[in-house]
Amino acid sequence: MAEMQHAEVMHEPQSFLRRYVFSLDHKVIALQYILTGMGVAVVSGLLVMLIRMQLAWPDAKWPLLESLLPGGFSGGVMKPEFYLALITMHGTLMVFFVISFALVSGFGNYLIPLLIGARDMAFPFLNMMSYWVAVPATLIMLASFFVEGGAAASGWTAYPPLSAVPQAIPGSGLGQTLWLLGMALFIVSFTMGGLNFFVTILNLRTTGMSWMRLPLTIWSLFLATILGLLAFPALTAAAIMLLLDRHGGSSFFLPAGLFFGNKLLPHQGGTPLLWQHLFWFLGHPEVYVLILPALGIAFDVLAPFTRKPIFGYRLTVYSLWAIGFLGMIVWGHHMFVSGMSPFAGEFFSVGTLLITIPSAMVGFNMLASFWGGSIRFTTPMLFATGILTLFGLGGMGGLFLGTATADIFLHDSYFVVGHFHYMIGGVTLFGLFAGLYYWYPKFFGRMLNETLGKIHFWITFVAFYGVFFGMHLLGLGGMPRRYYAFYEYEFLKSLAGHHLYISLSAFVLGAAQLIFLFNFFWSWRTGAKAASNPWNATTLEWTTPSPPPHGNWPGPVPVVYRWPYEYSLPGSALDYTPQTVPEGREAG
Amino acid sequence: MSETSGRWEGRLVAVVIWLIPMVVVVCGAQRWLPPLASEHGAGIDQVLIYLLVTVGGLLVLGHLALGYSLWRFSGQPRVTHRLASPRQERKWALIPNLLMTILGEGGVLVLGLPVWAKFYAASPPDDAVPVEITGEQFAWNVHYPGQDGVFGRTVATLISLNNALGLDPDDPGARDDVVLVNELFLPVNRPARVRLRSKDTLHSFFLPYQRVKQDAVPGMTIELWFVPTETGSYEIACTELCGFGHYQMRGLLQVLSEPEFESRMRELPPFR
Repeated sequence: MAEMQHAEVMHEPQSFLRRYVFSLDHKVIALQYILTGMGVAVVSGLLVMLIRMQLAWPDAKWPLLESLLPGGFSGGVMKPEFYLALITMHGTLMVFFVISFALVSGFGNYLIPLLIGARDMAFPFLNMMSYWVAVPATLIMLASFFVEGGAAASGWTAYPPLSAVPQAIPGSGLGQTLWLLGMALFIVSFTMGGLNFFVTILNLRTTGMSWMRLPLTIWSLFLATILGLLAFPALTAAAIMLLLDRHGGSSFFLPAGLFFGNKLLPHQGGTPLLWQHLFWFLGHPEVYVLILPALGIAFDVLAPFTRKPIFGYRLTVYSLWAIGFLGMIVWGHHMFVSGMSPFAGEFFSVGTLLITIPSAMVGFNMLASFWGGSIRFTTPMLFATGILTLFGLGGMGGLFLGTATADIFLHDSYFVVGHFHYMIGGVTLFGLFAGLYYWYPKFFGRMLNETLGKIHFWITFVAFYGVFFGMHLLGLGGMPRRYYAFYEYEFLKSLAGHHLYISLSAFVLGAAQLIFLFNFFWSWRTGAKAASNPWNATTLEWTTPSPPPHGNWPGPVPVVYRWPYEYSLPGSALDYTPQTVPEGREAG
Repeated sequence: MSETSGRWEGRLVAVVIWLIPMVVVVCGAQRWLPPLASEHGAGIDQVLIYLLVTVGGLLVLGHLALGYSLWRFSGQPRVTHRLASPRQERKWALIPNLLMTILGEGGVLVLGLPVWAKFYAASPPDDAVPVEITGEQFAWNVHYPGQDGVFGRTVATLISLNNALGLDPDDPGARDDVVLVNELFLPVNRPARVRLRSKDTLHSFFLPYQRVKQDAVPGMTIELWFVPTETGSYEIACTELCGFGHYQMRGLLQVLSEPEFESRMRELPPFR
């Protein structure tokens, strides 16, 4: 099997098209995903700058922006429906088309074969197809800004009837249809990619790479993939049903008696709650699909920069399994006040708080991994440290929201916005950066600039807290999310001023990412040359040249003799022992 | 990287890590919650304060420990502890396990469940004031049953500009009903029994001071009850995205003394 695979994939395609565009090589596909994700991140980041402008200076006139975006402004002032399109698309793009692309599909593609000792993915053609379905999904999603009525404006959760009835909101026209098509295609793409990850990790591990020798990045990707494969198809079904409600006259999500624009709609028999269940059946596991790989990466970055084994490897693996399993059955905690049965609500509340147990284990093990180490503050290490603090604060916020009784007050408030930005905004973004700074030398054979990297980290870290910590407090003050402005309410007037510093922090946070983009592209050409193992790390990807050749190893695939965290082994001359060193040969 | 520079950098990170919980505690200790004006709200506030204190404490401990590790071990040339034995790991694992079980599930089941059960599962007392609230883009229709205590029949086909709920004029129960827009009157210290409905999209009925929040779902009638404990006028907000006017869907709740409430009810014009 290994030999046949060897012969097949070692034949490297020569044409530009087959090498860089329709490539079957997992490393090229990975970079395609990462670069696509970065491109969408720029768009989605610009959207959020508009959102923050509006919240900092409601009703201010922006004539220049009106000439650029004539559909979104009227008399120089942003339209409320445009604001809602901005928040909808910002959320959708960031969750599915940035973090899923870059962190799961991007890093997954690059790292899985290299870290388990395979020459490529199990199904290279499916892998290519996955990316080339993701591209039209992205384009369809982005195109929705340019259709009549503008992009979808019913929130990234697309709750019907707002998303089902075209006259409910301008974005519920063609924009919403494109949103649904884009999402369905995204899921098709993810399913192909996920299946591939799953089979690859299951079948293509090299000799000696037993389950308990897998780096945690691979474990976390494995679980994220399982979650995605089990949870995502629910939304494909829901999207088709919603499309039928919109265009086929069906009533899956629409009850009788709906009254819009002075007209009674002919629907009957459906319920909007069905969509909420189906959406969150995808939506909640999706959180773990995104966050688990970031946690895995954090562990794998911690070990080489503390020069010691991580704490509690086995317990972390079990905890990841527990988080994955429980993560599948707690979607209802997004629906405590939705009208769902309060008995179900209490079940979901108890289940959600159960997740804090394995999550706290993971956090505790990460914390304990610092203890006694020889800590070195490289940029990836700084970001990994950042992950732990964000995971701590974000996780603690989760206790508030998971407790159904507290959620009566906090539901759909800025507390929620603050919380999920810490988790699927912060932990994942920092995971992405930790991974990029750490594996960049492997990707491109050059080092990223450390000074720029550290400046990038510090500004990002401080500005991130500046943006999202205060949102928790606004939520405690009762401030609802998805509000275009806060001047209508007396009880919000004293809180509304906080949006100014939040916005200023957000602009700084956005601008800091330009440092990263510059560093990323500038170092690609001019960075210092990277050796094959610049961090003196132990895992398999560092045993091949940087960047790895087609087929990943110039010689035979490596054989594994030990777990991935063999640092500062007593009696060894070096303070790291690669996984490929046989027992008894540590001294070499 | 030289060892000294690593040490100083580590200490800088440690100090920043220590600053985080200080800022969190100083900010979190301020009063953010709107003043309380309902009975069950005291239970919700209790859960929130319990979480703020316990979770805040954990956050402080965690950051102190992380900062201490960074301060002590950054830049040190040699690893001082290598690998905990599986036994040690399991022993240490008891800390997060027990803490979260007691703290998290304790909060949900001991403090939270009784409040949750009262808000949702307990049936309202007999002297409760019934009122039906129907959300629409972008207003709250408030519907009292009138002197007879019976809500008139509503039929969607009868909805028109001057009959926003589609009340059936032929139904005797409907004649003395009172329908208001964006104005809700309730007596103080008497339970209010709310039937929540929606005509179009989802809405969410939010009374910040009374700690009430419940989605209004088209096709469903959702019941809840609460007891306002302070007189005064309070705002009603919508907290489920319902369209471009979502941020303007403001109503006013007036909590009146019992006699004032009774006379106000008599003054309001009946439906027909």
